[in-house]
Amino acid sequence: MHELSIAMGIVEAAMDEARQRNVHVSAVHLRLGALSGVVKDALLFSWEVACQDTSLQGSQLLIDEVPVAVFCPQCKERRVLESVQSFTCPECGSLAGDVLQGKELEVFALEVQE
Amino acid sequence: MSEPRLVEVRRNILKQNDLIARALREHFRAAGAFVVSLVSSPGSGKTTFLEKTLSRLQPQYRVAALVGDLATDNDAARLARSKAPVKQITTGTLCHLEAAMIQKALEDWDLHQLDFLFIENVGNLVCPSSYDLGENLRLVLMSVTEGEDKPQKYPTIFNSADVAVITKNDLSAAVEFDWEAARKSIESVRPGMQIFRLSAKTGEGLQPYLDFLAQRLMEQRALAHT
Repeated sequence: MHELSIAMGIVEAAMDEARQRNVHVSAVHLRLGALSGVVKDALLFSWEVACQDTSLQGSQLLIDEVPVAVFCPQCKERRVLESVQSFTCPECGSLAGDVLQGKELEVFALEVQE
Repeated sequence: MSEPRLVEVRRNILKQNDLIARALREHFRAAGAFVVSLVSSPGSGKTTFLEKTLSRLQPQYRVAALVGDLATDNDAARLARSKAPVKQITTGTLCHLEAAMIQKALEDWDLHQLDFLFIENVGNLVCPSSYDLGENLRLVLMSVTEGEDKPQKYPTIFNSADVAVITKNDLSAAVEFDWEAARKSIESVRPGMQIFRLSAKTGEGLQPYLDFLAQRLMEQRALAHT
């Protein structure tokens, strides 16, 4: 399980942003891709521990799950996969391996108070 | 305190790792070394497979290995029997290798003296998938004893890999391994991925895989000179 070290990385990034703006962070919004290799529940479970004794103690982690999108060579369109276990176009059933989205592991917003 | 407000930020959490990985990849290209990383479950036969790979490539190529292990140096000791330079990276409780560990381990190595460098990751099919190590090729290894549906159980790591090797083929009859089901399972999580079926123990099927590595090395060198 590497989610604790990932959680600590998120805390560090958020603290850095907070310092620059001289604000207090009450929540962190994270974009988490289905192919990021990070498990949502394990990350949420690690959050409290990662925040302990930092300025983010008591803050919330809000996760926005990003599904995998691929380029279907048959339809010539971007398609969102229903499952990471099946890289097939949900419209035409062709195999589609060109990943356009789904590897995100990114803090995209902070809820802050002055 | 004032009312909470939302501020937009953009922070890629693994950016630091990705930057180091990018620098490593450039370093490998400039030195003309082809770098292969190996990921697999514990017990799939990674060390035997790597031992065979090193000794079979060695007459013709200059090879070396970095080995990630949680606590012991048993794997490095086994690989040292191939006479190739081997360095151990003990990760302690960490379940995966990161680019910075590779960078540090390579500090006193001259990559210009190498054709192939192999990086054996910690036996784990989950955590290593998030970390780019700067490798030119990520090889995922599974053995016939693990079952045909392994790729579907660990889609992320299989999707992140460039080539799959199915080993312990000498045991496939005993465990009634269904090759077609395994191929389909890989295809469904990584369409088009090249698959090699072999036995590191008997040497059966090793040659096409070694030829493939030699081909990739040639391609990398051709690119480096353009």
